[in-house]
Amino acid sequence: MASIKRIQKELAECTTSSPAGISVTLPDDSDLHRWHVTLQGPSNTPYAGGAFGLVVSLPPDYPFKPPTVTFATRIYHPNVTNDSQGNICLGVLKHENWKPSTKLVGVLEAVRGLLAEPNPDDPLEARIADEYRQDRAGWEKTAKQYVARYAKGEITWPEKEEGKKA
Amino acid sequence: MDSDDEFMSAVSSDEDIALDDSDNEDLSGAEDFDFDDDEPPDLGILKDVGHKKKAAYEVKYTVYRPEDIQKQQDDLVNEVNMILDIRPEEAAILLRYFRWNKERLIEDYMDKPRQVLEAAGLTQKSGKPPRLEVIPGFVCDICCEDEEGLESYALKCGHRYCVNCYRHYLAQKIREEGEAARIQCPSDDCNLIIDSISLDLLVTSELTERYHTLLNRTYVEDKESLKWCPAPDCPNAVECGVKKKDLDRIVPTVACACGHRFCFGCILNDHQPAPCGLVKKWLKKCADDSETANWISANTKECPKCNSTIEKNGGCNHMTCRKCKHEFCWMCMGLWSEHGTSWYNCNRFEEKSGTEARDAQAKSRVSLERYLHYYNRYANHEQSARLDKDIYVKTEKKMVELQKKSGMSWIEVQYLNEASQALQTCRQTLKWTYAFAFYLARTNLTTIFEDNQKDLEMAVEALSEMFEKPVADLAESKLKVDIMDKTAYCTKRRLILLEDTAENLATGKWTFNTELSAPAVSSGSSSRQ
Repeated sequence: MASIKRIQKELAECTTSSPAGISVTLPDDSDLHRWHVTLQGPSNTPYAGGAFGLVVSLPPDYPFKPPTVTFATRIYHPNVTNDSQGNICLGVLKHENWKPSTKLVGVLEAVRGLLAEPNPDDPLEARIADEYRQDRAGWEKTAKQYVARYAKGEITWPEKEEGKKA
Repeated sequence: MDSDDEFMSAVSSDEDIALDDSDNEDLSGAEDFDFDDDEPPDLGILKDVGHKKKAAYEVKYTVYRPEDIQKQQDDLVNEVNMILDIRPEEAAILLRYFRWNKERLIEDYMDKPRQVLEAAGLTQKSGKPPRLEVIPGFVCDICCEDEEGLESYALKCGHRYCVNCYRHYLAQKIREEGEAARIQCPSDDCNLIIDSISLDLLVTSELTERYHTLLNRTYVEDKESLKWCPAPDCPNAVECGVKKKDLDRIVPTVACACGHRFCFGCILNDHQPAPCGLVKKWLKKCADDSETANWISANTKECPKCNSTIEKNGGCNHMTCRKCKHEFCWMCMGLWSEHGTSWYNCNRFEEKSGTEARDAQAKSRVSLERYLHYYNRYANHEQSARLDKDIYVKTEKKMVELQKKSGMSWIEVQYLNEASQALQTCRQTLKWTYAFAFYLARTNLTTIFEDNQKDLEMAVEALSEMFEKPVADLAESKLKVDIMDKTAYCTKRRLILLEDTAENLATGKWTFNTELSAPAVSSGSSSRQ
């Protein structure tokens, strides 16, 4: 597969000169298509001090199709589903916006950017988005509670689903 | 016969008796005779309406074949190409960006060419037409390949990728995402649109074909005044000036060159005289209701308190509504608490609470009955149209045999085809008159409408019956003339009904017991058409 070379290069970039607050590991060295990423909550946000697990899985057609990125750690955020799925609403990850030249570093930075600056106009959790807009203090409080409860210890990575093997 | 009897009962009693005595052929004869009196002047008016002046139920439209659609685009592209002096494939991108509004494009372009080009996904940079190149030391940013002799391509923006990646990218966009008009350069945050020349250079001919089909599609889909004919495999498009906001005043039925008649407003099959808004409501109601409505009517009652529909699934008359916990008696609908100990022997008929509950029950049933009345007639015409068609197919076969025997020529038996067509069209109209009537509030105009509906229905049923005669009879010239007369008559009655409904719709004279989709404009003054 032609994409191996590309993924190897991207992985090397992410592991050798990893961008601020982001670290990447492979759960299975033989599978380049599944990445475990640890995000440090950006400072000056309610997420500061927390460590958030992201599962990145690359489709066989990568980079012609976008990767899927989900939170493994529960997080209280307008653009992330408030459940064990941890789906993210991020423009660049949508099929129609994805470009083959988009790099994963950029995607991961965009996810971290979303933690620093939630986008309540395009929410996955409408209720949290409303709270973010109208009761910022209340939102911060709950977000911090989530960090204390879920994002302080060791990250529990989800089992790899069968059939998703690239 | 049954249906004929039913319709007869609505006619004045004298005629009723006279007609009841006569057999069928006389019946149609009598009718024909009746109307023969009025026919010449009527026909004159009809011609006036139909040909000199546009009838209220007609709209202006044009059918385009694929080559017409292609030519229209080519003409526009050439025109813009000449006026603005830009390459044709770029003119096409500009036109698509402006949804083929040439005037706005030229105006905006003259005003601020740079912004317009950028917004449309073009660049002002000039240069040689792009081509495939082998550049020493090139590394593709997508697949990271760097082998020697790797062919690469770049749009005017200069973002260069290897040919394999470019192809993969384009194939994915075209084949899987069905995209054509807005495929951008593969580079992150470059919104340059890939032009058709570049595309032709890069992909296989099979993909090019698909790409051009998709492009053609966007031309029709971009223009509000153009729609594809929805008939299966029909490649034509129809142009019509009726706008969305006009749809509560007019039912824009158009007929494609393939013979398919459809509504330009909602692309459903022809549903004159009912406006699109009502059709949508009706279909939704039918989908929700009719399958189960009959069953509900026969097997259920509504809870006297919360109106939930309840099926009695046990022998006991002591009902407890699962929703609101109201306890009542299934027989008399009265409060159970008033029932004392007389469980299965309900003798509380005159009690007040029971009477009220039954009244409410009756009211809710009346609305259901009303709906079923209209629905059954609506569904009946749909089914009959199908059956008429079956009979026609069978008859046609027999007619061919008959031709051989009797020596009638093919052209002479065409009257059956015409009768069949008329039956189909008339039943289609009749079908929708029932949906229309369901939403119609009773006014003076309703009576005229119902009379028109009755006349058409009687005529159609009579024709339908003649149509079922054995082939041997069909060969007789008398029946042939009768059928031809009745066909003409049905067609005429249909147009009269359509004219009446369309005119009142255009002038806002109908009162509906529901909101038409768009908020009603003040009635009386219509400047449209």
